[in-house]
Amino acid sequence: MTPGNPFPTSHPERIHRAPKVGDITFLILLLLATIAVVALMVALVVVLLYQSRLAITTLGFSYLTGRVWGPETNVYGILPALIGTLITSAIALLIAIPLGLGAAIFLTQHAPTWLRAPVGQLIELLAAIPSIIYGFWGLIVLVPLERTVVEPKLITYLGWTGLFNSTPIGLDILTASLVLSVMAIPTVTAVSRDSLAAVPRSQKEAAIAIGATDWEVTRRAVIPYARSGIIAGSVLGLGRALGETMAVLLVIGNRPIIPSSLLSSGTTIAALIANELTEAFQPLEAPALFEAGLILLSIALAINVGARLILSRLQAGQGAAAE
Amino acid sequence: MKFDLAGRRKIFSHGMTVLSGLAIVVIMVPLVAVVYEVFLLGAPVINGAFFTQQIPYPCTPEPGITCHQGGVLVPLEGSLVLIGLSSLLAVPIGIGAAIFAVEYGGERRSARLIGMVADVLSGVPSIVAGAFALSLFIIYDPTQAFSYLDASIALAVLMVPIVTRTCEEALRTVPHSVREAALALGISRWKMTVRITFVSALPGVITGILLAIARSAGEAAPLLLTLGQGCAHPLQGITAEGCALPLWIFYGATNPYQNWYNLAWGCALLLLGLILILSVLSRFTLDWMARRMRGE
Repeated sequence: MTPGNPFPTSHPERIHRAPKVGDITFLILLLLATIAVVALMVALVVVLLYQSRLAITTLGFSYLTGRVWGPETNVYGILPALIGTLITSAIALLIAIPLGLGAAIFLTQHAPTWLRAPVGQLIELLAAIPSIIYGFWGLIVLVPLERTVVEPKLITYLGWTGLFNSTPIGLDILTASLVLSVMAIPTVTAVSRDSLAAVPRSQKEAAIAIGATDWEVTRRAVIPYARSGIIAGSVLGLGRALGETMAVLLVIGNRPIIPSSLLSSGTTIAALIANELTEAFQPLEAPALFEAGLILLSIALAINVGARLILSRLQAGQGAAAE
Repeated sequence: MKFDLAGRRKIFSHGMTVLSGLAIVVIMVPLVAVVYEVFLLGAPVINGAFFTQQIPYPCTPEPGITCHQGGVLVPLEGSLVLIGLSSLLAVPIGIGAAIFAVEYGGERRSARLIGMVADVLSGVPSIVAGAFALSLFIIYDPTQAFSYLDASIALAVLMVPIVTRTCEEALRTVPHSVREAALALGISRWKMTVRITFVSALPGVITGILLAIARSAGEAAPLLLTLGQGCAHPLQGITAEGCALPLWIFYGATNPYQNWYNLAWGCALLLLGLILILSVLSRFTLDWMARRMRGE
């Protein structure tokens, strides 16, 4: 290779020629696009940080521990929205993981072959439905159902647990969690299905050969092999649920209070921003909302990176196993 | 006793099979219910006027009052403007970064860095993308803070990682022998990249663009922060306030007027159809690519 060759390739020993004008122009354009992608990542953080500077310097640490979000008093605490975000996402995943995993097990282990591909593709199509449609459906169908049928029953039979002792209004944490779980299920199912389908046949055959029943094959041979993929899929689903706006905004009631029960109204960080940012007239309000965006971004990115690390470790492990 | 144990294991195994089958029934119920409801309430609204008329005055029918149904011409045009503008911003950037990563980066760290940045960007919540675009315009020019331009930037933030990632994967499937053959014939490097490599990877690139459009066309959250309120007027240009299908669904859902509500279900059906078509198309191009790679 010529020293200082500006066009090193994956096969550098091959090319020895002077760069042409067209080549240089093309490379500059590509570099600009590449810089734009990296700059976008940096700009997201910097711009949000700049917009929220007033809230960060004025409110300081009390922003993270504050239990009141009050434009009237010009005091802003993220805790109610943060708790709402974590509770709704956690419940949504608690519902979506067992159902999605169960469906993925059925699709890969038990379903007749002709059924597997169409049902799998159908579920992937459903994952593409926009969240505003899920939210609209939740508001028109699920909220009345919750208010008149489900929640009165929950209060009667499970009121003693303390989780369900509010007036049944339908616009609450529970309904938001249910809509989020409906949205998360296709994601969890699709990723789990992919990792279960990637388990080598030999793994299953070995278990069958020593006399394991269908369930024992799944439980002891298939799931352990696909575990990281399933976990990564669930974490990706969690990331999406945490950042979801429209589906939650329409059904959660949008009150920035710490929910006293699952039937109490609440809000999430994303819903709070969507609800208030364009009407933020108090001097500290918009900066406080931008800071909320910064916090949401940090949580979502941390979770996303975590899931990718699990996945890349999994791929590295499989590569090593294959060699 | 041994026999009994085996019997219990078998029964338990069958039980778990039934449970997993039940899981798929349970998850299909709400998903099918959503699609059913959208068809049930959306289909009656969709007719010629739906596509050609303006948003009507808000109205709820009472005895003696009949409401003008109107149409969603403006949200529909707005959505098309947003798809066009955001693609114009996101597609060149995404493709350029992917070509740089694959063709000039090789196996080096800079190549993997772009993939990693794209992965991380794909986790950005859509509302944060909206807040980002809004603040850009607040800093740059507050008079245009609510406009198609602003909203397109927010959507482009969501599209860039999808285009970059799928384009990168498509370029990586092009065999080295193709590049080597072209270079051996004396073609310049950039022409080789554009005419040979990129064209070979084109179905994969198209898949990525379609997926990115499907994702951004249904987004309402960033529009809430960046598009303003332009549903009542005809389209006025890309720096004016605007409207879009997902945004109109939100207005119809949160306002108490019957004719707006009906139109919102029509929008939901239209959007659902658009996104399902885009998803099916993207799958189709992907199959096409796979067949071509196998040399059929």
